[in-house]
Amino acid sequence: MKCPAFLCYSFGKAWPTAAGFSERMELTSPTDFAKEQVQTVQSYALFCAQTLANLFRKPFYLADMVLQADLIGVGSLPIVALTGFFTGAVLALQAANTLERFGSITLVGQLVSISMVRELGPVLTGLMVAGRNSSGMASELGSMIVTEQIDAMRALGTDPMKKLVTPRVAATVFMLFFLTILSDLVGLVGGLFIAKVLLRLDARQYWYNAWQTLVFQDVFMGLLKPVLFGFIIASIGCFYGMNARGGTQGVGRATTQAVVAASVLILAVDLFLTRLLMATLSFH
Amino acid sequence: MAAPTLPLDSSSISINNASTPAIVFDNVALGFGDNEVLRGVSFSLPRGETKALFGVAGSGKSLILKLAIGLIRPDSGRIVVLGQNITEMSEEELFDLRGKIGMVFQESALFDSLTVRENVAYRLMGVHGIYNDEIDQKVREVLRFVELERTLELYPSELSGGMRRRVAIARALITHPELLLYDSPTGGLDPVTSNTIIELIVKQRDVNQTSALMVTHRLQDAFTMATHHFDRRSNRMVAMPRGQQCEVPMSFLVLRDGKVIFDGDLHALANTQNEYIKEYIS
Repeated sequence: MKCPAFLCYSFGKAWPTAAGFSERMELTSPTDFAKEQVQTVQSYALFCAQTLANLFRKPFYLADMVLQADLIGVGSLPIVALTGFFTGAVLALQAANTLERFGSITLVGQLVSISMVRELGPVLTGLMVAGRNSSGMASELGSMIVTEQIDAMRALGTDPMKKLVTPRVAATVFMLFFLTILSDLVGLVGGLFIAKVLLRLDARQYWYNAWQTLVFQDVFMGLLKPVLFGFIIASIGCFYGMNARGGTQGVGRATTQAVVAASVLILAVDLFLTRLLMATLSFH
Repeated sequence: MAAPTLPLDSSSISINNASTPAIVFDNVALGFGDNEVLRGVSFSLPRGETKALFGVAGSGKSLILKLAIGLIRPDSGRIVVLGQNITEMSEEELFDLRGKIGMVFQESALFDSLTVRENVAYRLMGVHGIYNDEIDQKVREVLRFVELERTLELYPSELSGGMRRRVAIARALITHPELLLYDSPTGGLDPVTSNTIIELIVKQRDVNQTSALMVTHRLQDAFTMATHHFDRRSNRMVAMPRGQQCEVPMSFLVLRDGKVIFDGDLHALANTQNEYIKEYIS
């Protein structure tokens, strides 16, 4: 069925080319749309399974893993540190405002500590790294697809999944774990800065409260999340990159979709994982 | 001056002894949705022969090359490459077979983040038992063959279109493959550069006698290949006397509407009665 361009919209299908905007655009039926989405989920599941299986299959491309760890991990340090610092600082500021009403302003350290370690450290680090690296992976691999470099790699006897995808996934999981720890620490320092400079609290008391309030469940939750988020960031970025179609416009679309999908998936998985861990780790 | 040659290894020597064809397509069909591109394509490429593949744009010429190296799978039919039925092989098994095949892509498909040296040496890097010195020596040999020895540390973006094609040819040749696949090696190049590339392909054909399947839009390129040979003494391509056949067999394949409508040598092509082919080559 055809319809005028201004009445039509695309259901996850390729947008028309710039030249094709004046042309009529085909409306995808809801059934086709649903099938397409199910097929995408299925392809993504297979892609993830293959990536995980490749972790245990030779060759391992360790040099590529180290290179990616440097690009993803070390390259993300400034953005993660800045995000952590300002998040911790604003948390302290907001918490102080509320706690002051109850005469418990000394508990700022506890609140910043629990919020950063359990939730904001992993999530914000994940979102920052997703914005920086999912897009990078999607555009890099997408460009390789449209210029036939991936085909050339296969023709030269190299498995692109092992050479390009698995090292990126392994490096992101590994580095996001440590970036999250760093973000937590810098977030606490940000909170300390506000507590000391603006709230005139005792620094030792802040650190004592922040440290003592943390229990195993908090730390476990805060360190399990980056492992999953790292996998989501890299697998989504690589998946969209490896499935980019339609030249440079397709690469741009893949890049945008990768960031959106990775960010939404991080937030959704965070909700379900938090609920699951709260139930299994006996949170009170 | 003698033409630089590539030292032969055991795998390249075996081609002359083998009696099985390099490529066999048996009733191969391939379509994308409702668009049936190949409809029962059958042909054979004997070992040591070079075959030029013609057809209008969209006739599926490049697809035939990608099918031959296993980058895509046919909907039906059988493809045998170097004696192995690739339609029944897994991707893992195909990686081993691809080590014996060299492919030159339409737009070169060089890895843009790697230097010329790294691109050409790609197949050798990480291979057990081959050290950097040996890799460097092989890279220099093959770059000397394509006359680009001085570009070792340059990136593909720093090369001209013709130089990129020559690097792509060098990358395909470095392991002395038993079969070469050229996808429009002169596409988008000016006539002078195209001639340089054809001269290089003729040199490779006559010096190393590797089986090759070449897709081309330019009839004159294939005719030049059929009527010229590489003279090692003068290190250039020279025309053969009229009526004399080239030492290395050269044949032509014409595709139309997803089917093979011609498969034969230059003489048969020149004397064909098929109106479509007559118009095509006129």
